[in-house]
Order: sequence, then C-alpha cells, then structure tokens
Amino acid sequence: MKNPSVDTHLLPADSGTIGTEPLLAVDNLHVEFTTRQGVARAVNGVSYSLNAGETLAVLGESGSGKSVTAQAIMGILDMPPARIPKGEIRFRGTDLLQLSEAQRSQIRGQQIAMIFQDALSALNPVFTVGWQIAEMFRVHKGMSKKAAYAKAIELMDRVRIPAARQRVNDYPHQFSGGMRQRIMIAMSIALDPEVLIADEPTTALDVTVQAQIMELLAELQRESNMGLILITHDLGVVADVADKIAVMYGGRIVENAPVHDIYGNAAHPYTKGLLESIPRVDMKGQELYAIKGLPPNLLDMPTGCAFHPRCPFRQDNCVTDVPALHEISGTRSSACHYWREVLDGTAG
Amino acid sequence: MGRYVVRRLLQAIPVLLGTTFLIFTLVYWLPGDPIQALAGDRAVDPVFRATMREMFHLDDPLVVQYGYYIQGIFSGDFGTTFRGLPVSTIFEGKFQITLNLAMTALVIEAIVGIGLGLVAALRRGKATDTAILAFTLLLVSIPTLVSGFVLQLVLGLQLKTSTGIDFFPVAGTSAGWRSYLLPGIVLAGTSIAYLTRLTRTSLMETLRADYVRTAIAKGMPRRRVLGRHALRNSLIPLVTYLGADLGALMSGAVITETIFNLNGIGRQLVDSVYLSENSVVVGIVTVLVLIFIAANLIVDLLYAVLDPRIRYE
Ligand SMILES: Nc1ncnc2c1ncn2[C@@H]1O[C@H](COP(=O)(O)OP(=O)(O)OP(=O)(O)O)[C@@H](O)[C@H]1O
Ligand code: SF4
Ligand SMILES: [Mg+2]
Repeated sequence: MKNPSVDTHLLPADSGTIGTEPLLAVDNLHVEFTTRQGVARAVNGVSYSLNAGETLAVLGESGSGKSVTAQAIMGILDMPPARIPKGEIRFRGTDLLQLSEAQRSQIRGQQIAMIFQDALSALNPVFTVGWQIAEMFRVHKGMSKKAAYAKAIELMDRVRIPAARQRVNDYPHQFSGGMRQRIMIAMSIALDPEVLIADEPTTALDVTVQAQIMELLAELQRESNMGLILITHDLGVVADVADKIAVMYGGRIVENAPVHDIYGNAAHPYTKGLLESIPRVDMKGQELYAIKGLPPNLLDMPTGCAFHPRCPFRQDNCVTDVPALHEISGTRSSACHYWREVLDGTAG
Repeated sequence: MGRYVVRRLLQAIPVLLGTTFLIFTLVYWLPGDPIQALAGDRAVDPVFRATMREMFHLDDPLVVQYGYYIQGIFSGDFGTTFRGLPVSTIFEGKFQITLNLAMTALVIEAIVGIGLGLVAALRRGKATDTAILAFTLLLVSIPTLVSGFVLQLVLGLQLKTSTGIDFFPVAGTSAGWRSYLLPGIVLAGTSIAYLTRLTRTSLMETLRADYVRTAIAKGMPRRRVLGRHALRNSLIPLVTYLGADLGALMSGAVITETIFNLNGIGRQLVDSVYLSENSVVVGIVTVLVLIFIAANLIVDLLYAVLDPRIRYE
C-alpha cells in the first residue's frame, strides 16, 4: 500500500483477514543490536502471522529473540542500539515499519497493545492505578478526567479486581502480584486493541494465580475476538489456550504449526527436544530430558543450521547449509533439512 | 504525619546536644586566651582577668561550662560575648542575609542544574551532552575567588559601563533581591555541576525503566512520556541532594560573603573564631545545625509527596 493511512479503522474490521492477508504478519524480520562487542543479530528472519480471534504461542529458550520480535511489532525498541535492516511487519496490510513515529504511536496502545512480564516494574510507581488506566482514555480519546476514571473502574471490574471503586486511587505497590497483572491487562485492553501481545504474562506469579490470569486472558479474547500473541516458556499453558505455535531458536523461527499437530509430532529436532522436556505424569521418577549444550552466541552464530552443535540428527550438510523454512502444509513449516525424517521418526 | 514530625523533632534534640557539645569542646581546646584577646598587646589587669574568668565560668571543667551554656540555649539565651554584647544582638540580620544568599544559590542551582542535566540526558552522547559535561568540569575546577571576581568585573562593572545596564550590584545588600544574584551564582557554582550530573544520571536511569517502556507501549506522546512518566521519578533523588546542599551552601558562604561584602553569618563566624568569642562561634553552629535539621525534615516530607511508596506514620 502506498501512502499508508493511519486510520486503519477505515479498513474492514469485521473479518480477521483482508483477502488472504492476515491481521498481523511478521515477514522475514531482522533486528540487530550494535554493542561494544560487535553486532548482535537477535532476530534473523522471523516470519509468523496472526488472525483475529487467534492465539499464537511463541516458544523458545531464553535469548531466542521472542521479546525483541514483540518489541519490534510494538515499535518500542530503542533505536539505536537496535536496527531493523530487513523485513516487514504488516498490520491489516500496512507495513508498520514504513510509518512515521507519530502514526505508529496512534496504533500503539489503541490497536496493538502489550502486557509485560513483571507488572510491578512495568507500572509507574508514583501514579495511582486509576490514573494509569484512565490515561488511555484521556490521551487517546480526549475524555474528561471524570469519565476516564469511570471507564477505569469499569475495566478494573472487568478484569475482576475486587472493590474496584475503592481501589482505583491506590498505587501499584498496594496490590498483590496477580492483581497488578490484572491492572496491566485492564490497561492494555482499555481501547479494545485488535492485537494483544502478552510477553510471559504469568512468569512472575505463583502457580494458582498463573492459571487465573491465563483464564482471564482467554476469556477477554473470546469476548472481543482479538488476536493474541502469547510469549511463554510454559508448554502446559500452550496446549490449553493456543491455536498455533511458532518455535524460535537463535533469532529464527524453526517451526510453525497448529497446536494440535505439534504434540508428539514435531517437524524440527529443537521442537522435539522442547516437547520431550515437558514433565509428564507417566514419566514420574524418570529423569527429565533436557536439550544438551548452550544457546547460540548471537555475536558468533554457528554456520549452517544454528542448531547443529546441539542437534542429535545432524548430518554433514547441516554445518554448511542454512536450512530454509520449508513449507510442509498450508499451516506448517519447519527450518530443518531433514524435517521429513524428523516427522516420520526415521531420522537420527 | 503529625506524629512523625513530632518524633523527628524529638530525635533532633540528641543530635543538637551532640553537635553543640562537639563544637564546644573544639572551641575550648582552641589555643589563645580570650581575655588577653580583649586587650590586644597590652597587659591585662590581674583583677579584671579574675573577674572575667569568674563571670564566664572559665575555670570550671568543660562539662560544667557546657551545662551553663545549654541551660541558656533552652531558655532562648545565646549568652553574651566577652565584650559584653548579647550574642543574639550580633546575630541580628546576619542569619537573614546568609539565608537569603543560600536560598538564592539553591534556586539558581535547582533551575540551572536540573535544566542542564535534563538536556544532557535527552541528548546523551551528542555534542550538547559533551558540552554540558565539559561545562560542569569547568565549574568545579574554578575557585570561588576567581569566579567571584570575574563575575563582578564582567556582569557588575563592564556591563554597566558598556551598556548602562546596572542590574547586578557587586557589593552590599542595598539593592534588595538583586544584590544576591551575583553572589548566588558564585556560591551555586560547584553545586550546579554536581546537580547537573546527578540529574543526568537520574533521568537516564529512569528512561531505561520498565514503566517508561510501558508508557511508550501505551502510545503516549514523547512529551508526555518524558514530562509525566519519567520526570517525576527522576526528581526523587534530586530532592535529597538539594536539601542536604542548603546546609553546605550556608556554611560555604564565607568566601562569597567576603568577596561581595555581605554582612552575613559566614564572615561573623570567621571573625569570632579569630577573636576567640566562643559563645558566638558555638551559637552560630547551633543555629546552623537547627537549619540543617529543619531542611532534612522538609526533604523527608517532600519525599513522601513525590514517592507514594514512602509513608510516614
Ligand atoms: N538492547 C539490547 N542490546 C543488546 N542486545 C540485546 C538488547 N535487547 C536484547 N538483546 C539481545 O537479544 C537477544 C534476544 O533477546 P530477547 O529478549 O528477545 O530474548 P527472549 O527470547 O525474549 O528471552 P527470554 O525468554 O529470556 O525473555 C538476547 O540475546 C539479548 O541479549
Ligand atoms: S538442519 Fe540439521 S542440524 Fe539443523 S535441525 Fe535439522 S537436522 Fe538438526
Ligand atoms: Mg523475553
């Protein structure tokens, strides 16, 4: 699209797709950081897509580039040191990377919103939670203070914060971890965004609270039909809430798949390893499987397939040839030369 | 809150006792005979000497002398000098002058220091930032004597002779608040440098905070992210510094008062030390300590206003 217009509300909003174009499409995204030690290629050609009402779970070990990709979508990377040398992020067909900063800040928070891992540090300690939620309506919708606070209370009710009316003037530190994350969620859904990115929204919480937060997110998504990108380490959660999965390794997508296809049926050795490392009831007492070796060094990526130093299925050409993201079916792809064999269980 | 203030004031009493006792002891051990100092080079009549020593309890042990002194202080009496003047008469007007000077310096420091620091942080690594950092280095390395005389010469005299603008008086306090501008700038010099650097670091740190990233992710305009979300948080550590600096500025006013011929408490302190007027010296220090305690209390209360995580019961 030439001269991209900001007012994407003018575009058809009811369907998740415009023709064949998904709601959000990340396409061959590259992000690198200039550091003192050199250029760290944190994201090296990530592609994934999301439709309205869909939940995409992004998996991968620490440092694989999940958060950096999300921050690139939001447009909240510090540039410099970050740089986006290549790639597109299309939202309703418009490449966000071509928009001006002013245009992007119209989309941020209103159409694409984000929840962060640690709500205590992500909320501003010196303003009341009501102020921070109401700010969305005051700044973006020009509402009066009174109307905005009424909306804030409504939202706090909606994310089920008890006694919202009494607590609207409390500060973040006066809430429990779970309640704080609910405040974050209330803030992020304030303006009915079409895409919500949740970057490990439950990692900082204890287990029972984790389940409640996930339930709340799933419920809000059903009600509003928004697309949800859920970045997580927790494969147990993924099976319950996700529609599809993107697995990242060393700044690349190594596997894309619908969630029901992937369990017990991985098309990439790294995914296979991840799945085998989930604790299972029938394996009680047995030692947990862990992928051997260390994550790749971004400043000095392995040649060929980045996973080759750790791959139990490695062949000679893996060391030299970078595997493309092979399309397996319309909805599945794998970045492994030997995806057929891995899928059949004949490799290795 | 009220109870907190009362508790803090009660806590101030031992601090006050400790500091006055310390300074009393130091002055007590100071070489020189105060009675002899009254007479200059002439011989002192032994009868007069005996009467004076008796009157000022000079032959009593240190602790007893201190006891007399503190007794006076708590009934609002700072004592009399060896020359027979009530100490409070000597103080008259002088604390006001030094306080005016220190407050002027504090305001200048706050405006310039915070302003430069914010600009430097926002232009981090750029030429403006480097220039501001170099300027702060310059500020700390110029002695007060030099900056005082240069400013008197340039802003006070040359500005007047070349443009006819007579805005900055170079001496005395006859021109009201304008009299304090030049000495205020000179006195604030070093503090401006420190405050600039502190502000720069503080804002840079705040800009890296998660909640600033959240504000950006909420789609807030840059002006609002900086002015509302980051600024208030980065001001918190600066308040502590400014509060503590008021005391430093008051006790550092001596040289500035001399250069600009201001009849303040700093000069009085130096004169009194030379004349061995112990009651004046101890009196000045006592009042300075009181001002310091008050400034600290105000800082702590301000802290609670800026940072809701701090609550005083
Ligand atoms: N500002 C930065 N400067 C330099 N390198 C960075 C910066 N931000 C991120 N990186 C690097 O980019 C890589 C990817 O980081 P990212 O935060 O996306 O990982 P992640 O997959 O989200 O991991 P985690 O599960 O730990 O959150 C990391 O190796 C990190 O060191
Ligand atoms: S390409 Fe080779 S090294 Fe990489 S995952 Fe596949 S088999 Fe392993
Ligand atoms: Mg992360």
